[in-house]
Amino acid sequence: MPLRTTAAWRVLDGFGGSVRSLARSVSPASVDELAAAFATARAEGWTVSFRGAGRSYGDASLNTGQLAVDGRAMRRILSFDPETGVLEAEGGVSIAEIWRHTLPHGWWPAVVPGTMYPTMAGCVGMNIHGKNCFKVGPFGDHVLELDLLTANGERKTLSRAVEPELFRAVIAGLGLFGAVTRVKLQLKHVESGRMRVSPIVTETLPLMFDAFEAHMPRADYAVGWVDCFATGRALGRGLVHVANHLHEHDDPEARRSLSVEAQELPGSIMGLPKSLLWVFMKPFTNDLGVRLVNQAKFVLPEPVEDDGAYRQSHAGFAFLLDYVPDWRLAYGEAGFIQVQLFVPDPQAREVFAEALRLCQRRGVVSYLGVFKRHRPDDYLLSHGLDGWSLALDFKVPREAQRLWDTAADLTRLVRDAGGTYYPAKDQVVDAGSFARAFGDRLTRFRDLKRRMDPSGLFANDQAKRLGIV
Amino acid sequence: MKLVFRHAIVVGASSGVGAEIARQLAASGCAVAVLGRRETELKAVAAGISATGGGRALARVHDVRDHASVPALLEELVTELGGLDLLVYAAGIMNLPHEGEYDAVRDRTELEVNLLGAMAWTAPVAARFEAKRAGTIVAISSIAGERGRRTFPAYSTSKAGLSTWMEALRNRVARYGVNIVTVKPGFMDTRVLAQVEKKPKGALLTSPERAAELILAAASRGGSPSVFVPWMWWPIAMIVRHLPSFVFRRLNI
Repeated sequence: MPLRTTAAWRVLDGFGGSVRSLARSVSPASVDELAAAFATARAEGWTVSFRGAGRSYGDASLNTGQLAVDGRAMRRILSFDPETGVLEAEGGVSIAEIWRHTLPHGWWPAVVPGTMYPTMAGCVGMNIHGKNCFKVGPFGDHVLELDLLTANGERKTLSRAVEPELFRAVIAGLGLFGAVTRVKLQLKHVESGRMRVSPIVTETLPLMFDAFEAHMPRADYAVGWVDCFATGRALGRGLVHVANHLHEHDDPEARRSLSVEAQELPGSIMGLPKSLLWVFMKPFTNDLGVRLVNQAKFVLPEPVEDDGAYRQSHAGFAFLLDYVPDWRLAYGEAGFIQVQLFVPDPQAREVFAEALRLCQRRGVVSYLGVFKRHRPDDYLLSHGLDGWSLALDFKVPREAQRLWDTAADLTRLVRDAGGTYYPAKDQVVDAGSFARAFGDRLTRFRDLKRRMDPSGLFANDQAKRLGIV
Repeated sequence: MKLVFRHAIVVGASSGVGAEIARQLAASGCAVAVLGRRETELKAVAAGISATGGGRALARVHDVRDHASVPALLEELVTELGGLDLLVYAAGIMNLPHEGEYDAVRDRTELEVNLLGAMAWTAPVAARFEAKRAGTIVAISSIAGERGRRTFPAYSTSKAGLSTWMEALRNRVARYGVNIVTVKPGFMDTRVLAQVEKKPKGALLTSPERAAELILAAASRGGSPSVFVPWMWWPIAMIVRHLPSFVFRRLNI
C-alpha cells in the first residue's frame, strides 16, 4: 500500500509552539521498516524528515506536506558496559532512558541539554551542548561510532576513523544524510549522584563574563541567568551557577544518591502539583510579571550551606527545562521563540550588551536569558566556536512583526560579529546569514550531500529556510 | 462574527441536502468541489451551479467506500480549489429491512458509507484545520442516531457512531479554533426518505432547500454546535433519548 494511503496525518509543532504544520508520519520499528519507508517515499516523490522528541524549538523536524519519520519506535538500549561506560543505543532512545539505565552503575551522559527528553539521533543531528560545553565540548565529541541508513538504503558505520568527513557532516547534520539508527557513546564516570552548586550574583554583564573566566578553570559546569529587563549600569545583571561533581569522600550520600529515585524531580512545588504549575505561571508571563519575578530572583538569596554552595542532583541541576511540565504553555497560543546568539570571544561583551539594549529599545524584551561559554569543534554545520552564547526566549505576541524585526536585527548582529547559528533553537535565521556564518563548511556539506543523496530525499522545513537544501 | 466560506468540499452532493448545500455555497461566491457516486446527477448539479453563474464548481465522481483514495483526492482538490475552509459530509444511505430480515452485507455497507466514509474524510481535514487553527467541518448525522431503531437498525447505529465521532473531533480541535458542526435533521424530503411507506407530512417534513439554509446558517455562526434541523426536533429528541427502554421497545418508531 502506498504511504499516501496508509501514513498517519500529524500536526507537528516546534517545541516553542510558534510554528506548526501538517505532515504524513510513519514510525518504523526496525532498520528494515525504515529502509522500506525510504524506498516508498522516494517512489511516491516525497521528501523525508526525522523527528524524535520534538524538542527542537523551531521547524527542524517539520516537513510540510511531506513525510516525517517518527524515530521513537526504535528505542532499545543495545548494550552497556559498566566497566568502561560505553553504551550503544538505537536512535530513538532518550537521554532520560540512558541516565536511568546507567547512573546506578556510576555513569552519566557526558553531555546533556536542559531537558532529558531528546533522542540520541536528535542529539547527533543537532550536536547539542550542555552547561559543560566550555570543558568537554558538544555531544558529538562523545560519540565513538554511529550507524547511518542512507538514501539508497545502505547501512554505514561511521567514526572518526571510518569515513571521518561523513561522520563530521552527520553530527550537526540536521538529519540530511539519513537516519542515525545506532549511537555508541562514551559516558562519564561519576562517584556521587549529586553536585556541589555555587550561586554567584553578578551585578553587571561584564561581571558575568568575569565570573565565568574566574571559575571555569576549576568548574565542571557553569551557566548564567540574565535579567534582560535590567537597564543602565545593571544591564545584563544576573546569576551564575557553577557546579562540580562530588567525589565519594566529599559526599556521605554518594552511593545512595546514584539511585534513580534520588534523582527524580519533585512532583510538587510548594504543595502545588507540578503538572498544573504552568497555569499559575501564565499570569506572570508578560512584561510586568517577568520584571517582578526577575527582581525577586535577583534579590532573594538562594539557601546555601556554610561553604557557600548547595548540593543538587544531576537531574535537578541539568534538566531545568523539565522542572515545570508544559511550562511552554504559559506563553499562550502563539508560543515563544528562542534566539541564541553565538559570538566569538573578542566581540561577545560588546555584542551581548548591544543585543540587550536593542531589545529594550524595541520594547521586545526576553523573558529568559541564558549565558554559556563554548569551544570550537570540527563538525561541518556545528554552532561550536571559541566564544560565548546568550539565549533569549521571547513570547510571540499577537502583533508579532516587531518581534520578527528584532529577531532579524539580532541575527544581523551575530552575522556581523562573525558568530554562528544553532538550528536546534532557530526559527528566524535567513539563508544569507547562515551561508555567511558557515561559508566553506556549508559548501563542503552540500558537496557531500549531493554525493550521498543526489535525489534530495532528506529535507525538512528548516533546511529549506536556511538554504541548505 | 459570521464565518464566510470561500473554498468548500461537499461529499455526497449528487442529490438531496448535499446538492442543495453545494448550490447555496456556490451562490454565495464559494468555490465548491462536489463529490458523489452517481456521475450523471453529479454533473447536473455542477452544471446547474455553473449555469446560474454562482461561482465555480468542480465535480469528482467518488465512492465514499473507497477510503484509500481519500488522501490523494483531498490533496488534489485543495490544490485545485486554492485552499479549504469548509468540508461538508452529506453522504448517507438508509436501508429498511423487512420484518424478520437480517442482512449483514447491507448493514456493513451502511456503516462504510455513513460512518467510515465520514471518518476517512473528516480526520485528514481536521488535521489540516488543526495545523492552520481554522476551518469548519459539517457532518449530516441524524435524529435517528439518538436511539437504536427497529425500523433502520444499521442506519441508527451508523448515525449514533457519526454523532459520537463528531463530538470526539470537536473535543480534539474546537480548542484550536476549528468549528465542528454536527447536524441532526429530522425528516427531509430526499431520496433517503423516498423508500419510507408512510411519509411524514406538513411541519414534520423539511425541504432540502430549507434544511441547507439552516445548516449553513448554523455552520457560519461558529462555536462548534450540534444542532437539530429544524430546531423543533430538539425537544422531541430529548424525549426520545430519555424514554426508558421498556417503553421505547413497545413503540412503533
